[in-house]
Amino acid sequence: MDWHRIRSDFPILDQQVNCHPLVYLDSAASSQKPRAVINALSHYYQHDNSNVHRALHELSSRATDAFEAARKKVARFIGAATEVEIIFTRGCTEGINLVANTWGVQNLRSGDVILITGMEHHSNLVPWQLLAQRTGATLKHIPVLDDGTLDTAAVEVLLTEQVKLFAFVHISNSLGTINPARELCAKARAVGAVTLLDGAQSTGHMPVNMVDIGCDFFVFSGHKMCAPTGIGVLYGRYALLESMPPWHGGGEMIASVTLEGSTFKEPPHRFEAGTPDIAGVIGVGAAIDYLEAIGLENIQRHDTNLSNYAMQCMSEVPGIRILGPQSGHRGSLVAFHLDFAHPHDLVEYANTYGIAMRGGNHCTQPLMKRFKVPGTTRASFYFYNTIEEINRLVEVLFAARKFFT
Amino acid sequence: MPLSDDLRDLYQQVILDHSRNPRNHGEIPPPCLHAHGDNPSCGDEIDVWLRLSEDGQNIDDLKFTGQGCAISQASASMMTQKIKGKSQAQAVAMREDFRRLVMGDGTPTDEDSLGELVLLEGVQKFPQRVKCAMLAWRALEQALESGRA
Repeated sequence: MDWHRIRSDFPILDQQVNCHPLVYLDSAASSQKPRAVINALSHYYQHDNSNVHRALHELSSRATDAFEAARKKVARFIGAATEVEIIFTRGCTEGINLVANTWGVQNLRSGDVILITGMEHHSNLVPWQLLAQRTGATLKHIPVLDDGTLDTAAVEVLLTEQVKLFAFVHISNSLGTINPARELCAKARAVGAVTLLDGAQSTGHMPVNMVDIGCDFFVFSGHKMCAPTGIGVLYGRYALLESMPPWHGGGEMIASVTLEGSTFKEPPHRFEAGTPDIAGVIGVGAAIDYLEAIGLENIQRHDTNLSNYAMQCMSEVPGIRILGPQSGHRGSLVAFHLDFAHPHDLVEYANTYGIAMRGGNHCTQPLMKRFKVPGTTRASFYFYNTIEEINRLVEVLFAARKFFT
Repeated sequence: MPLSDDLRDLYQQVILDHSRNPRNHGEIPPPCLHAHGDNPSCGDEIDVWLRLSEDGQNIDDLKFTGQGCAISQASASMMTQKIKGKSQAQAVAMREDFRRLVMGDGTPTDEDSLGELVLLEGVQKFPQRVKCAMLAWRALEQALESGRA
């Protein structure tokens, strides 16, 4: 693969920040967008912009066709059985809240258990806390071991028949841990629990297949996989979606309306009230085409090479503590703590050299407490990053050590 | 590697020294006034502990504990040195002078009174760090207010 040519597909990367070439190491927060996606948005607004599923005119039918074609692409991309299992949302957070407020409210009762893990993003924690308060269900979590993996012995103890829902992250945004989704879903199925997998960090970084993983719900966000912000996907097994009540009411989701009451469409439209982010959906379709042309296996291999190389070089910085699995299979991010600089000071320092990283708790406050750190600095990679950029990061880490000590 | 002037101004040696070796670090046993301040978005925390004189006019003792970035911790350390022994009214005025200094909205009314704290002027160029520099001062204000309640 010609990764340098692929990098040139991202116009934003070719710029100076603070008089240094931009080194963008914050893709776990939001990825950059290739020209193909930017052009798809521009083309849509210049040629096809219209509302979907409503009018009979030419532009509306073009917009509707493009919109529904993107749904089919998503279904194929994540290995869903059919495109009616694909619901467009604003992102992972909205997808999780949708499940909590529909399936959750309908199915959970006092005495039931919602099981999560100790490494969840706040978006896969707070909605379940709210649901537990509302239904009287109990929220429990699987602890995280010192090496950043889940305590598998605790899984056996906690995953009982009382568990109605098991929600967990595919790849931890704070540790880089890749959880064994397929095994965990199989265990959950064995006790009759419904599963929700948070694919924010895995989708677009590795092949994901719903049928193979065997999860009941899956969420991902477009903007972390080369698509625009504000658009995401909730996958749900059709039998579950069919049984769920609507969440948001409004246009688009109804079959018929009288002043006295309404009937609702079948999924996925039942869960898509109002005019959707049409351009965003088309952007997701363009991003999938782009990623598939490179190949998800290729992307995963390149990402893994980058993060392994980074782990190796960064571990030579005196005073560094890298969180998460120390070797082997891990996501394309390295989160670390330095004994000589607070994450915010380091991020500020690196920024003056054109390096973009994230410092803080990464929306995983319980995990920071678990590892007894006030926060971490996270360097996260995507296929457009290079070995030279990692060398630059390491050089700046050594310079920061000299500066702050 | 060459450093930018803005960064050098932000992290002057005196500031880094205060963050590494904070002055007046610790708690004051009761009776005392206390307030906790935090910046939820970044996780920085400062607890301010102070003891007023018998007539309630002066800040006889002032200490802090906390964790966070160099700017928040250095600002807290420098604040305790400057405010200890001052009257409540002086402390409130100094807080306002300091806020203007780091926000860069107009010249402080009494720059001389801020002394070493003017070294934190570099924060002006880093608007996202104003909340770090102000954290201890917000906690100080809250602690004083709790004494008036």
